[in-house]
Amino acid sequence: MSRRNSRRTMYLLLSLTVVTALTALVCLSIGGVGVPLKEVVLSLIGRNDQGSDLIVMKLRMPRIAAALLVGAALAVSGALLQGVVRNPLASPDLMGVTGGASVAAVAFMTLFQGYSVHWIPVVAVAGAFVAAAINYVLAWSRGVSPMRLVLIGIGISTAAGAITMFLLISGPAYLAAQVLNWMTGSVYGTNWTYIQALWPWVAFFLPLSLLYAKELNVQSLGDAAAIGLGSRLQLHRVILIGISVALAGAAVGIAGTLSFIGLLAPHMARRIAGRSHAVIIPVSALLGANLLLLSDLAGRTLFQPLDIPAGVFTAGIGAPFFLYLLMRRGNGRP
Amino acid sequence: MRQLKQSKENAFRLHNRRQRAAGLSVGAAVLLASVLLSILLGLHSYGIGDLWQSYRHFDGSNDHLILTTTRVPRALVALATGASLAVAGAVMQVVTKNPLASPSVLGVNSGASLFVVVGLIAFGSSLTLGGMIWIAFAGALAAAAFVYAIGARERGGFEPVRLTLAGAAIAAFASSATSGLMLLHKQSLESALFWMIGSVSGRKLEHLADVLPYMLAGLALAMLLSGSLNVMALGDDNAKSLGQRLLISRAAAAVAVMLLAGSSVAIAGPIAFVGLVVPHLCRALVGNDHRWLIPYCAITGAILLVTADLASRFVLMPKEVPVGVATALIGVPFLIRVARRRKHE
Repeated sequence: MSRRNSRRTMYLLLSLTVVTALTALVCLSIGGVGVPLKEVVLSLIGRNDQGSDLIVMKLRMPRIAAALLVGAALAVSGALLQGVVRNPLASPDLMGVTGGASVAAVAFMTLFQGYSVHWIPVVAVAGAFVAAAINYVLAWSRGVSPMRLVLIGIGISTAAGAITMFLLISGPAYLAAQVLNWMTGSVYGTNWTYIQALWPWVAFFLPLSLLYAKELNVQSLGDAAAIGLGSRLQLHRVILIGISVALAGAAVGIAGTLSFIGLLAPHMARRIAGRSHAVIIPVSALLGANLLLLSDLAGRTLFQPLDIPAGVFTAGIGAPFFLYLLMRRGNGRP
Repeated sequence: MRQLKQSKENAFRLHNRRQRAAGLSVGAAVLLASVLLSILLGLHSYGIGDLWQSYRHFDGSNDHLILTTTRVPRALVALATGASLAVAGAVMQVVTKNPLASPSVLGVNSGASLFVVVGLIAFGSSLTLGGMIWIAFAGALAAAAFVYAIGARERGGFEPVRLTLAGAAIAAFASSATSGLMLLHKQSLESALFWMIGSVSGRKLEHLADVLPYMLAGLALAMLLSGSLNVMALGDDNAKSLGQRLLISRAAAAVAVMLLAGSSVAIAGPIAFVGLVVPHLCRALVGNDHRWLIPYCAITGAILLVTADLASRFVLMPKEVPVGVATALIGVPFLIRVARRRKHE
């Protein structure tokens, strides 16, 4: 990477970080009760002794933190998958990974009712891995074709939806409402225990994905080129998919099935950050966090006093974008 | 269509006209039996004498009420919906040359239910089922047109994978829009939930009577088209050289799909995978001759939905599992099998 490029990257990352921080601040201040930005900042440094401190720190802060972590995790998960599969349509939702995670989490919530929140990400990650493994095995016949992965992923998602519905009906009614809210994909009602359960996953796997960014660059050259460059292709591929699945699973465990962030953010990142995954990964993480923050903000402010799950908005933006990608691909362009 | 043509000669294949007619009548008998079982069995089980009594000497007792107002409509709705969805799937698979095509996979069902929920919110309880059918038709048509437009290649014909992905995206979009709308309008949630989860319980005979004409029209149209469907299955070039007017027959097929899928959604909500599974099963039985395939699909689809509904009653007694859940679980292995058989890029 030339010096000019690396300086440009620095500026890009820096400005995106500032934008994310500003978005988070705005999200902290806007809501059912507006809190002036000055008081938000005072709360953050622990100097706010007014009533708004409770709103900022107890009610909004966990939610904002969850949106940041979940958005970043999903976006990086999508970026890794798209790099490995070399297909712009790959994303954790389409591969059935989020479906598997949500079945596992719903099963855990309905079957083990005295549960501790800490176990949900673990269970969801396990479910995500099972779904990814099933998809990989079923899509295998003399190699894995990306399209087959996606088609079978759609099947797995549908089956997961049906099993989730079944679990909902078989469980007691009071749980159903709680689980339904979780399922639409929302960071509503998050408290610090959820954040504590989630952050270790993100803190471990996000840097790990950056360590493997170089391998991802090699993989995206194509199998033959990657082997020619001396890459241990299959091993690295499994590791990269593993990181991606772990991130998606943990995020789904906390926030439910938020669709399309894993598809949208990496595409935007590639537009502004070029081809190197060492840049694409952090840029996607920041963009994903911003997307989820804004979707959540829209969800809780546009239709007050109702609180619309952020998942509704991410799908509302994501699905048309996906269709646009499909149309563009069809016209002969890459 | 390569994969349809190459479907191997197997042991179950019915070869001549006589065998096929015999198979059809066996199917009709099985259908009759399953409808009877569906009427008689459940949380309260009855004998066939009770059913006879409840129509001949209706005494207003609980048992007679359950039989005449719950069980009978339910079985008949399942029958009509299953038949319609299966035939819609068969027609779509030929027209789009895509073995994965079906009303649920291509997003037609979710488009129709999105429109229905919008209609319920806009008109509230003043919306009659008759009006709702037309809204569901419009939704089915809009979703189908959209998916077709995206999946269509420039030189005519369809790209199967793109079509499927576009359908999945439309379905995701429609379902998230639907749940958002429902959260915004909590008061209409009750009546909308009725359509959200595909189910055949709780419908009345009058509801069925409202949609039945459209279903019958769709079935009749599909039967009329069976000859041109046979030609269409040979590929666009062959069909043209055989004098087929592709545009007209495609439009007619689209109308049939819209009638069948729209009216099924209007009465039963989005029920997945019947339209995908049944045509494949029937193709294994009678091959690619649509003059036989369509009646077989109608009967097999009806049997599938009636028995799936019956089975889903017993899984979690006394609670009921919506039949849409059961059909999704039956359908997914099929989807995966079909996806595996195809070669992609």
